[in-house]
Amino acid sequence: MQESIPSQKIKIFAFVCNWCTYAGADLAGTARMHYAADVRIIRHTCTGRIDPLFLIKAFENGADAVIVSGCHPNDCHYNEGNYLARRRWAVVRKLFAFMGIDDKRIHFSWVSAAEGAKWAQLVNDVAAKVAQLGPMKYLDSCEVDL
Amino acid sequence: MSRIGVFVCHCGENIGRTVDCGKVALESGKLQNVAISIDYKYMCSSPGQELIKNSIREHGLDGVVVAACSPRMHEKTFRGACAQAALNPYLCEMANIREHCSWVHDDKEAATAKAMDIVRSLVAKTVRNEKLFPIKIPVTKRALVIGGGVGGIQTALDIANSGHEVILIDKSPSIGGRMAALSETFPTLDCSQCILTPKMVDVAQHSKIKLVTYAELESVEGFVGNFKVKIRQKARYVDPIKCTGCGLCSQKCPVKNIASEFDEGLGMRRAIYTPFPQAIPNRPVIDKNNCTKLKTGKCGVCQKICQVGAINYEDKDQIVEYEVGAIVVATGLRALETREIYPEYGQGRHKDIITAMQFERLASASGPTLGVIKRPSDGKVPEKIVFIQCAGSRDSNAGYPYCSKICCMYTAKHAMLYKHKVHDGKAFVFYMDIRACGKNYEEFVRRGIEEDETSYLRGRVAKIYEENGQLVVNGIDTLSGEKMSIKADMVVLATAMSAQLESVHLAQLLGISYDQNNFYSELHPKLNPVDTATAGIFLAGSCAGPRDIPDTVASAGAVAAKVGGLFSKELLEREPIVACTKSFSNMNTCSGCFSCLQACPYGAIEQEIIVDKKQQQKKMVAKVNQGLCQGCGSCVSICRAGCLDLKGFSDEQMYESIIGMGGS
Repeated sequence: MQESIPSQKIKIFAFVCNWCTYAGADLAGTARMHYAADVRIIRHTCTGRIDPLFLIKAFENGADAVIVSGCHPNDCHYNEGNYLARRRWAVVRKLFAFMGIDDKRIHFSWVSAAEGAKWAQLVNDVAAKVAQLGPMKYLDSCEVDL
Repeated sequence: MSRIGVFVCHCGENIGRTVDCGKVALESGKLQNVAISIDYKYMCSSPGQELIKNSIREHGLDGVVVAACSPRMHEKTFRGACAQAALNPYLCEMANIREHCSWVHDDKEAATAKAMDIVRSLVAKTVRNEKLFPIKIPVTKRALVIGGGVGGIQTALDIANSGHEVILIDKSPSIGGRMAALSETFPTLDCSQCILTPKMVDVAQHSKIKLVTYAELESVEGFVGNFKVKIRQKARYVDPIKCTGCGLCSQKCPVKNIASEFDEGLGMRRAIYTPFPQAIPNRPVIDKNNCTKLKTGKCGVCQKICQVGAINYEDKDQIVEYEVGAIVVATGLRALETREIYPEYGQGRHKDIITAMQFERLASASGPTLGVIKRPSDGKVPEKIVFIQCAGSRDSNAGYPYCSKICCMYTAKHAMLYKHKVHDGKAFVFYMDIRACGKNYEEFVRRGIEEDETSYLRGRVAKIYEENGQLVVNGIDTLSGEKMSIKADMVVLATAMSAQLESVHLAQLLGISYDQNNFYSELHPKLNPVDTATAGIFLAGSCAGPRDIPDTVASAGAVAAKVGGLFSKELLEREPIVACTKSFSNMNTCSGCFSCLQACPYGAIEQEIIVDKKQQQKKMVAKVNQGLCQGCGSCVSICRAGCLDLKGFSDEQMYESIIGMGGS
C-alpha cells in the first residue's frame, strides 16, 4: 500500500487545539487559502492536553517537523490550558535540543479561530524552513552523548 | 480485531476535484481492521446516511470513520446516523479531508496522499475508541443578567415573562443605563425616559425578577445549567427596606459639589444621592469617597434627619452567592470623554467643547439646565454649534478603527433638537460619511437637512481653538475643496464608542472571548450572534459592539429565546469528553503529587483518602469529579504516573492516531 500512493517527502505534524487553531485551519479551508500540503493536523481538546511524548512519537513515526498551536494567551477555552502548554514548551525545547533535534523543526504558535490566513502563513513558513533542512534522520541515528 | 467502516465523501466536487476519493476508499479497504470502505457523492445526504446505517447493520461494524468535511460541521450528523443504527455515536470519527485538505491544496497526488494519511490516522484512533454516554446534568432554571441598561432590562423582562427567575445586577445604584440619560431618541424623537421608565418599573415589580443594584460580579464557577456566581453587593449605607425614598437626606447633605456621573459632570450631586429622580430602586446610596462622616467621622446629618433610621454608617460590602443556569452579559459600552480625544480638539481644556452624551443631558428636560441648551462656560444660549462626527471613530491611529454606528443618527437628532429649542440658531455638522441604514433613518437625516436646515460639511476638522470667548473650528470641506473656519459658541464631539473599561476583566471572570477592540466575541458573527463560545453565556446589546436601541432590544429578545430553550429541558446532555482514571481506582498508581490539582482550571480534581484495614490513612490519591470536569485534559498530560486519561482523546487513541498519520 505504501508503494501505491507515494508519500510526501516532508511531513509536518501539527498538534492543535479544537477551539482555536483547528477552527482557524477550518477557516483557511472555507476561504480556500492554499498552503503547503506537507502538514498533517491532529486534533486535541486543548494545547494543555498535548503531552511532549506525542511530539517524540511523531518524530518516531516520520515527522520532519512539529507545530503546536492553540488559543492566544487569555483566550483559552479552558481558561489556562495554553499557559500550561507555553510553560511546558520552554522545557521541551531544551529536551529536543539535547536529543539533537534541530530547533527549526519545532514550532509553537497561537492561531485563533479567526486567523485562517495566519494558519496558512504559519504552515508555509514552517514548510519552507523544513524544506531547506530536508527530511529528518531517524531518531535512533541521532548521536546523543549520554 | 475491530470492524471499521470507512466512508469517503466526494462532497460533490468539493473534495473529489483535488482528492481521488475512489483511490482513498480502495486503499483504506486494505488497512488492518477495516471491514468495508465506500466512496459516495454526498455522504451527508439522506441516501448517504442510509448507506452508513445499512453498512453498520450488514457488516456488523463496531466503528465508523467518515472522511468528509470538518467534524465541527457534520460530526453531529454522522454520530446521529450511527446512533440510529444502534452503534454508539462515540465510535464514529470524522477525517477532515475537505477544510484541511481538498480546499487548501492544488496538487491532486499530494492531496490524495494526505487524505490517505488522515483516514489512516482516524481509523487507527477509532480502533481504540470506547463506547461513551452523554453526561446528564440538571439545569438551574434561573438566569443572571449583568447590566441593567435597556438591553439587560429587556432580556430580564423577556426571560421572566416566559416564566423563569431572573437576577438582574447593575454596578450603579439604579438600573436604566445609558438610555435613561438620553433626551430624545431617533428616528421618532420620542422621549427616552418616557419609554424606558415604565420598563424599569416593570422590572422592579415583576415577581420573577430579583433586582440587585450597586453590585458587581465577583466570581463565576461551574458550567452551563450549573453556574455558581458570587455577587459583591457594595455597601449602600442606606437600608433599602427601611428607606422610603423621601429624599430628605439628599437635600440636606452638606457635601454639594460632586460632579454627577448621570449628568456627565455638567450637574452636581450630594454625597448621599439617587442618580436621577426616576431611579429604580428609588433609594439613595452614600458615596463613601466623598462622605464627610465616612471619611472623618464628623457630620452625620443624614442619620439625624432620617425619620425611619435607614442610615447605617457601619454597612459593609457583602458577597452573595447565587446558583444560575445561564448568564447574560448586557454591560453595554462607553462613550469616550473629551480628554481622550485628539489634542487638536483641546482634550478637555475648553469647557464649551462637550461630548454628545453631555449634549444629551443639556437637551434633556430632567438635565442640569432643565432642557435649555446653555454653554457650560457662561450659561449663554449658543447661537452657533458645530457638531463633529467620528471624533476618534474610524481612526486606527486613535485606536478605534471601527464605525461607532450610532453617531450619524444621534448627531442628526442633536442638530434637530437644538433647532427646535433655539429657532434662530445655526447647526453645522462635519462628517466623513453619513451612515443612516435603518428603518426611517435616511428620512430622519433628510428631515434634519431640509426642515431644520442643518448644514452638513463633508470633511475633517483640523483644529479647534478659543478666541474672544468663541471657539474657532478650522477644517476643510472636501466636496468644494475650500478651507472652512467657523466661529462657534459650542462644539459637540460625537466621540468614539469603546468597550467598557472593565470588559476584559469581566471576560476573564466569565471565560468568554473578546476581540481586538475588547468587545465580546459572538460564537458566530452571522449565525450565532448572541451566543458565546462558552455554553450558557449569552450577549445582549452593545457589549458585543456598538448598537442602537432597536438592535439592542432585538438582541435581548434573541437571548431570552435562547435562555428559554436552555431552560425548557429538565436535564441537559453534555459531551462525555471528561478526564478519568486509567484503572478503576488510582489507589496503586497515583503518587499523590497533585500536579493535576494545580493544573485543573475547574477544581475537578478531588483528594481521595486511601485507608488501610485499621482505618488508618495510608495515602491520598487524585480522583476526578466528572460533574465539574470540562475535558481539557491538562491533568492527563501533567500526570507523572500516567494514571489519568481523557475520554474520547485518550493517550492510546492519540498515540495510535500519530502512528497512523505517519503511515507505518
